[in-house]
Amino acid sequence: MNHLISMRDLNEKQIMAYMHLAEKIENGKVSINLQGKLMAALFYEPSTRTRMSFETAMKRLSGEVISMVGTAGTSVQKGETLADTAKIMARYTDVIVIRHPNEGAARWVSEVVDVPVINAGDGSNQHPTQSLLDLYSIMKTQGTLRDLNITLVGDLKYGRTVHSLVQAMSPFNPTFTFVSPPSLAMPDDILRELSDKNISFANTEDLNSSASSADIMYVTRIQRERFPDPEEYDKVKNLFIVNNSVLENAKDNLKVLHPLPRVNEIAVEVDSTPYAYYFEQAENGVIIRQAILAKHLGVAE
Amino acid sequence: MIKTLKVDAIKRGTVIDHIPGGMGLEVLAILKPRPGEVVALGMNLSSHVLAKKDIVKIEGRELTQREVSKIALMAPNANVNIVRDYDVIKKYTVSLPKVFSGVFKCPNPQCITNAEVIKTVFTVFDGSPIRLQCTYCERDYLSNELYS
Repeated sequence: MNHLISMRDLNEKQIMAYMHLAEKIENGKVSINLQGKLMAALFYEPSTRTRMSFETAMKRLSGEVISMVGTAGTSVQKGETLADTAKIMARYTDVIVIRHPNEGAARWVSEVVDVPVINAGDGSNQHPTQSLLDLYSIMKTQGTLRDLNITLVGDLKYGRTVHSLVQAMSPFNPTFTFVSPPSLAMPDDILRELSDKNISFANTEDLNSSASSADIMYVTRIQRERFPDPEEYDKVKNLFIVNNSVLENAKDNLKVLHPLPRVNEIAVEVDSTPYAYYFEQAENGVIIRQAILAKHLGVAE
Repeated sequence: MIKTLKVDAIKRGTVIDHIPGGMGLEVLAILKPRPGEVVALGMNLSSHVLAKKDIVKIEGRELTQREVSKIALMAPNANVNIVRDYDVIKKYTVSLPKVFSGVFKCPNPQCITNAEVIKTVFTVFDGSPIRLQCTYCERDYLSNELYS
């Protein structure tokens, strides 16, 4: 069975297959019809963008959707296991899209059902559809995924999108610059993985100089809920703000990406510069999820 | 007078020697002796090879190579002797498996294996130090994080 659980499971060729299919869908070079196909969205945690972009993707391709959003009033509250809920859903539908607070939940579901499972976020572990949409945004704006300078800014410790992105870019010979307060630095196990793969990276707190060499600047929100002490949050929240002065010496091809929602880490003034790409990035989410659904439902290669 | 600790030889069963001192209890926790199996544990004995060693003897049970591989993390240099009628009939050396299945609990409280009834699976990366990755939550661990 063909599941999408983790970026770790995908090689370069498989990643590029998603990119090319998304490109063909966007350019109208392929027509995909998912009429008669039913997607189950099992969202054990709230999510706006991911769920709605999956539903949009499915419906735009003439497919249908049933959703469970949150566990209130469901069999989950009566004590039903994830495995049982998923097995029943697999009997009703053709594909399961799951978001769950426990890490590894999507992998577990993929082992107990016989329909394709797509991971829409498992705790702080993986979010492969976000990574693929980030890669698609990078490819669209840079024309390639190869040999790029990628600067990641903000919460690099807890942000699962940055962890997934770093892994997802690994086959393409990237150079990473990590800009974060020390308390939110990239975890050691990820740095170890990069060293094992001979990928060059640097940690810095100098946002301005890293901005001038970057092809992609990927900014994430520093989450207030990660700080038990509000004083600690106040100390770091304004440390790295991407504004027009930071981007003064930026390369022409630089694009600023953000998984959204943003708070203040990208100044609103940046929105009207040619560097801003975060809203287009969100739009790309529908296209890449159309490609993912078509591929995993066996309707396109 | 030199006092020695004497543990009787066993008639049939398994003797695991050269366990690093203090790790004997961890080894027993993994091997889970069944009711009726007589177990002798010697801790912090003098050794030529190790500073201190532990010995575990299990009367009435012959460990298989597969069971032996489960203790590879905490006792990588242990010798395992299978005994019948007081004679060693087979010797195993411990070797590191590629995967530990259903042996260790995942230390990540958010891992799905701690929320539902799931057999854990850890992939072993044989390096220095040895690292293990949970197949489910994908977190990396050092070996002592799994058995302590």
